[in-house]
Amino acid sequence: MTSNVQRSDATRGGFWSDSGKTGLTSWIFSTDHKRIGLLYLFSTFSFFLVAVVLGLLLRIELMAPGRTIMGPQTYNAIFTVHGVMMIFLFIIPGFPGAFGNLVMPIQIGARDVFFPRLNLLSWWLYIIGAAIILTSLFTGGGPPDTGWTFYVPFSARTGTNVSLAVFGVFVVGFSSILTGLNFVTTIHRLRCEGMTWGRLPLFVWSLYATAWVQILATPILAITLVLVMAERLLGTGLFEPAQGGDPLMYQHLFWIYSHPAVYIMILPAMGVISDIIPVFSRKPIFGYKMIAFSSLAIAAFGSLVWGHHMFTSGMSDTAILVFSFLTFVVAIPSAIKVFNWISTLYKGSISLDAPMLFALSFILLFSIGGLSGLILGAAATDVHVHDTHFVVGHFHYVIFGGSGFAFFASMHYWLPKFFGRRYAEKPAVIAWVLMFTGFNVMYFTMQVLGMEGMPRRYYDYLPEFANLNLVATIGSWILVTGLVIMLVNLFRGLLWGEPFEGNPWGGATLEWSTATPPPTENFAEDPVVTHGPYDFTQQD
Amino acid sequence: MNQQDLISTTAAIDPVFMLIFGICLVLLLGITVVMIAFVVRYHRSRSPQPTSQSDGNVWLETIWIVLPTLLVLAMFWYGWKEYLVLRTVPKGALAVTATARMWSWEFRYANGKTSSKLYVPVGKPVRVELVSKDVIHGFFVPAFRVKRDVVPGMSNYAWFVATNPGSYDLFCSQYCGIQHSAMVTTVEAVPEVQFTAWLNQSSSGAVGGKLDGRKLATEKGCLGCHSLDGTRKVGPTFKGLFGSKVEVMHDGKMLNIIADDAYLKESIRQPGAKIVEDYPPIMPANADLTDEQVTALIEFIKSVK
Repeated sequence: MTSNVQRSDATRGGFWSDSGKTGLTSWIFSTDHKRIGLLYLFSTFSFFLVAVVLGLLLRIELMAPGRTIMGPQTYNAIFTVHGVMMIFLFIIPGFPGAFGNLVMPIQIGARDVFFPRLNLLSWWLYIIGAAIILTSLFTGGGPPDTGWTFYVPFSARTGTNVSLAVFGVFVVGFSSILTGLNFVTTIHRLRCEGMTWGRLPLFVWSLYATAWVQILATPILAITLVLVMAERLLGTGLFEPAQGGDPLMYQHLFWIYSHPAVYIMILPAMGVISDIIPVFSRKPIFGYKMIAFSSLAIAAFGSLVWGHHMFTSGMSDTAILVFSFLTFVVAIPSAIKVFNWISTLYKGSISLDAPMLFALSFILLFSIGGLSGLILGAAATDVHVHDTHFVVGHFHYVIFGGSGFAFFASMHYWLPKFFGRRYAEKPAVIAWVLMFTGFNVMYFTMQVLGMEGMPRRYYDYLPEFANLNLVATIGSWILVTGLVIMLVNLFRGLLWGEPFEGNPWGGATLEWSTATPPPTENFAEDPVVTHGPYDFTQQD
Repeated sequence: MNQQDLISTTAAIDPVFMLIFGICLVLLLGITVVMIAFVVRYHRSRSPQPTSQSDGNVWLETIWIVLPTLLVLAMFWYGWKEYLVLRTVPKGALAVTATARMWSWEFRYANGKTSSKLYVPVGKPVRVELVSKDVIHGFFVPAFRVKRDVVPGMSNYAWFVATNPGSYDLFCSQYCGIQHSAMVTTVEAVPEVQFTAWLNQSSSGAVGGKLDGRKLATEKGCLGCHSLDGTRKVGPTFKGLFGSKVEVMHDGKMLNIIADDAYLKESIRQPGAKIVEDYPPIMPANADLTDEQVTALIEFIKSVK
């Protein structure tokens, strides 16, 4: 042990050094899926941290009625940029880009993705798009103030720099499409010998479903954003009623992408949870086929529910009937997953390491988010809570409590494998307790505020909402304290921590069968798979 | 529909909330309790090795496909049925037109009376026609559980009935720019006698036959964007505006003009004609103002020094 600690300055081995290439260019022009995965991890997570700070500023502003630390224009710009960064620059590219790239090719026994250079191009498109979005904040009429939804006619009229910002999102969209294309091809073509569809880890299944959504839905967003630019720059009037246009058409086009995008965010998270829970229970996942199938069902039905964002818009009642029905249908596969995860625990041997704590809290937070979604899916109740803080609380439960906590679970579960060093367990648990507590104090309170009628995107509010807003703000401080502890612990641990070797958690998927960190082409020799991804009997 | 059959929107919607929250609570408690029980019972300290390698059970899985399906279908149907109450305006409802603009509301009654608060008689259904002058707004009265977007070029409506007298918050729920959160007013539910008396008072803005420009500027929403004390809001301040030099964009050209009667009149009638340098071209046109009202507004602007 001592000798290993002393070796901390030496190379990490594996893909970090075995190609003989070092320096910045060996990373930013690398076609190795692991290096690209880490590039995505650092770039997407950097935007996450910036957006967390912005979110914290929003909560401080809302701490008390009236002006607290900023004016209304600044507030409107900050909630817009918070949303754009979290959604388009962190959580959509984050899961497939970072953990999809790092883990998926190894999990299917491949040496790399099918199109390694396309993979690198995807990251560059992401960086270029992100740079354009950042530029839009500091040039022209200043940061966009439309909300991340860019609703017309407001977005067509505002003097802020909307055109450049949506162009940036447009470019980032291509990165997402190409990643989807790459992953579908990889999963079809590069599974190693014995890796049948029924032996695919559920994380791979979830990425497969996600990839199809990325390929099919993202082009619609791209077209929609081009139309917004045309509206602003050429005055086409497609969405402008005075010129015969229709603002609701924009909303349809926007949500045809942006609702399925929610599934791009949550499906890989569900996949991670399906991988982690069996490992820390030492038991096969309960209902493998049903979980894999429900991912596909969510991807398919999730593409047909966009109209539930528009129940109060003036859309026809027939459309509301259909969209409300389909929204409830899509709740079923999610419920199946939750029941299957919990059944996996039954008669297992459960170890509460940090990845498992994050995974178990995912189930609770995702359930609260999903169940509050039933209120939003039912036409009668949606009308009251639509466009209130209830919705803000709901999607943070699903996307932060769900995808975000699953992302943290993945960081604790997989990053030691790629860095060859591990974080300290105790601070990880303390961080988890603080984050879980702060999260619920903050977002549950926001749901209550919404029930009481506080609209979202409000810079200022009536005195009756003051107490709960203060509580939510205090929750945000607890949450961020936990987040900081988690990050410091991960950063220190992965760089200088105890060595991480072998398969300490007893995972049965292929990434645990190769060296730590994995070599450039992942395996010393191409693996042959003889058992399922959650068959732990082979090890004991 | 007579008074006895009239169901308020609140009374229709709240039971749906109760039902769905009830189901959510049962499911969430179930999930949480079972999960914690399993984690405690099968923790590695008590259960060093797994005692089962079961990877599925057709019957169990069938149950938890069928049961949620029935539950969600019930919630869907109940939600839909009560939603129809929000869409079905009772006969004999009082008609009011709500005009939303950045960033204020104006309510117009059948006799032409306008108000910045929505006065309604207690116990009588009110149908609100929703008109937007610029971007999308949202008409939201939490107390009555009603919300409907106010979309330019589209005729949306909402209805409600106030069963008790009182003052109820009315919010703009669809984000509409810098003053979105200030686009707040109230529904004032008063007894019918009182309401009728209010309705038949001379229209707001008139004081002894002469229009009150200050009151008009408040009610028409001018002061949402134009300050009276020189502070910069979304539009230029009214303070010292009359007779001052302004730099404006007209047909793509920069002009230096004096803010006289003609300029102010044009800027109220056709705000897009000349845009003051450095301000956004977002003020809605005011075709519904009478010439007298425009004159009163200009007189008021002159008086702000």
